[in-house]
Amino acid sequence: MFNEETLNKYKPIDNKIFSLIDDEGKPLDKKWQPSLSKDAIIKAYKDLLFERTADYMAISYQRQGRMFTYPPNLGQEAIHIASGMVIKNEDWLVPAFRELGAWLAKGVSLKEIFLYFKGNEDGSRFQAANRMLPVSVPIASQLVHAAGIGYAMNYKQEKAAVFAYVGDGGTSEGDFHEALNFAAVWNAPVVFIVQNNQFAISVPLRMQTKSINLAVKGVAYDVPSIVVDGNDLFAMYEVLEYARNHAISGKGPMLIEAKTFRVGAHTTSDDPTKYRTKEEEEAWAIKDPLKRLKGYIAHNKLLDLANEDTLIAEFKKKIDAEFEAAEQHGDYKLDDVFGYMYEELPSELKRQKNALENYYQNSGGAK
Amino acid sequence: MKVMNLVQAINDALDIKLAEDKNVVVYGEDVGVEGGVFRVTEGLQLKHGADRVFDSPLAESAIAGTALGMAIAGMKPVIEMQFDGFVYPAMNQILSHLSRFRNRTRGKFSVPAVIRIPYGGGINALEHHSESPEAYFGHTPGLKVVIPSTPYDAKGLLIAAIEDPDPVIFMEPKRIYRAIKQEVPDEKYSIPLEKAKVLSAGEHVTVIAYGAMIREAQKAIVLAKQKGISVELIDLRSIWPIDRDTIRESVRKTGRVLIVTEAAQSYGPAAELISIVNEEAFLSLEAPPTRLTGFDTTIPLPLGEKFYMISPERIMFEIEKLVRY
Repeated sequence: MFNEETLNKYKPIDNKIFSLIDDEGKPLDKKWQPSLSKDAIIKAYKDLLFERTADYMAISYQRQGRMFTYPPNLGQEAIHIASGMVIKNEDWLVPAFRELGAWLAKGVSLKEIFLYFKGNEDGSRFQAANRMLPVSVPIASQLVHAAGIGYAMNYKQEKAAVFAYVGDGGTSEGDFHEALNFAAVWNAPVVFIVQNNQFAISVPLRMQTKSINLAVKGVAYDVPSIVVDGNDLFAMYEVLEYARNHAISGKGPMLIEAKTFRVGAHTTSDDPTKYRTKEEEEAWAIKDPLKRLKGYIAHNKLLDLANEDTLIAEFKKKIDAEFEAAEQHGDYKLDDVFGYMYEELPSELKRQKNALENYYQNSGGAK
Repeated sequence: MKVMNLVQAINDALDIKLAEDKNVVVYGEDVGVEGGVFRVTEGLQLKHGADRVFDSPLAESAIAGTALGMAIAGMKPVIEMQFDGFVYPAMNQILSHLSRFRNRTRGKFSVPAVIRIPYGGGINALEHHSESPEAYFGHTPGLKVVIPSTPYDAKGLLIAAIEDPDPVIFMEPKRIYRAIKQEVPDEKYSIPLEKAKVLSAGEHVTVIAYGAMIREAQKAIVLAKQKGISVELIDLRSIWPIDRDTIRESVRKTGRVLIVTEAAQSYGPAAELISIVNEEAFLSLEAPPTRLTGFDTTIPLPLGEKFYMISPERIMFEIEKLVRY
């Protein structure tokens, strides 16, 4: 199991990547045994497959014109599933916008996610998800929220960690650095996870930074930092579990760079053929997280993988049902525009709302 | 009752809320040990502890953003932006997050944070220390914006701001921090955030101002009185939302209105107030609603401020023009 000694062997300045299984899913160290039970590994496989299936379905709904812009997760799922296995109910999840599997594990429903990307804030209500923040579009701005929550956890003497996500491009933002610094100075229990998927929309990492990797950015803030193989579910799980224990035992924040590849487009509005090559995509396809996890399962005969199509068909039914629930959610009301701006609707907003209602009453129904 | 200036009244409000509510914390640049560059938070760390009143690292975006994090985790942060011109790095957090979190999450999370900002010119300060940025906040849905002009109001409005369930921008007219003294009750009291206040009743002209401009307007009223002009002075107090009722009632009576603000003119608070006057009292108007504001220039360094800052004489000049119209 990953421990402090392992952490010290992977100093960011040496630019080594922590990994446990190879591209075929075989342990890199023959003596290594996973800390996860057989059932947990099988569940992880199913959850990963579910996330991927949900993603393909979401892209398809978008293409059918039933949903607006959507950011696919393809290729990055091991980070999300491992996160979901580590993050507890009392922990906080501070997302960017590409962590689907982790959100689902936190208790967010697919219906809510679809609803949000269909254009309704009701999808960010997250009724069954405790301590789950909404999607954050302004890049890296959510990380300082995590540092503040971390302060609150210390202040209230709660044993809970804050998991905060950002992409590789986000490490160029000031808020990334301010958050690491504040969290370090405050000894806040925050686990920062950089999903380094090699591109910030179209801009490759080499144009984003001169740093040898992204974990090295944590070193100056005295935040323990490490580069992890983000497509290796076992490696991600062990490091995240270690980071959570580190955080809740009063040792402060950690920074994890999860090295991965965004297989899909940035969003459904993006066309990756404009900025990356087939060769690059093929090189990363060998490292696909689902393929590697399946490799491990097959070598160790944990599950008969021949039934995958049945499993996918089952998932599709479930996902369709969630999407239909989102479609039947009900109309967006005028009250929804005004009603949540303040706890109590101020006089000025009442006046503006009344003006529109008055128009509707006098327009004979024309919107 | 104690005689207090604005600095003491604000300190008193913070002291009361810190004592009363364990979830209240006060932080920012230099607010802990030093008690802030204006000494507004002096003595509070000693009294309430360094985990509740403290110096944060120097980064305004993170000061505002961490306040959101604390607020959604159940705390009530009162943060200080050291000077008006230093709030700009925090604008992304204030405009994109603090103001929107309740709406974005359909009320699951709210942000009961207060951002205190000493603001305004006339104190012979360095560059970036004399700005009046209230329009940016008044233009941002999801915020409330409050500016007191007296020690009594400062205490009551700040207590109301801290107790408000939504984010409040609390701007402090630093030019009059120590210029006005007033009897302030010892006990806790609050003043509603949406209400303007008629400071003096009058018949001929309504003057609407707030913050440090109130004192200049009051001096102008003395000059007006000498010429037989009776001025009604409204202290706006709440920059958003604006108290339409008080404005309507006054302008319908006087038929003439002058808005005085230190903030630059275009798209500023005076423009908003004149629109409201037109919407609410158009048929009562005897003269075009007038504004006397800062210029659409950068506020000059101290040697040039004499041209920028609004004097009682200039206010009087506009009042006379309105009456003669």
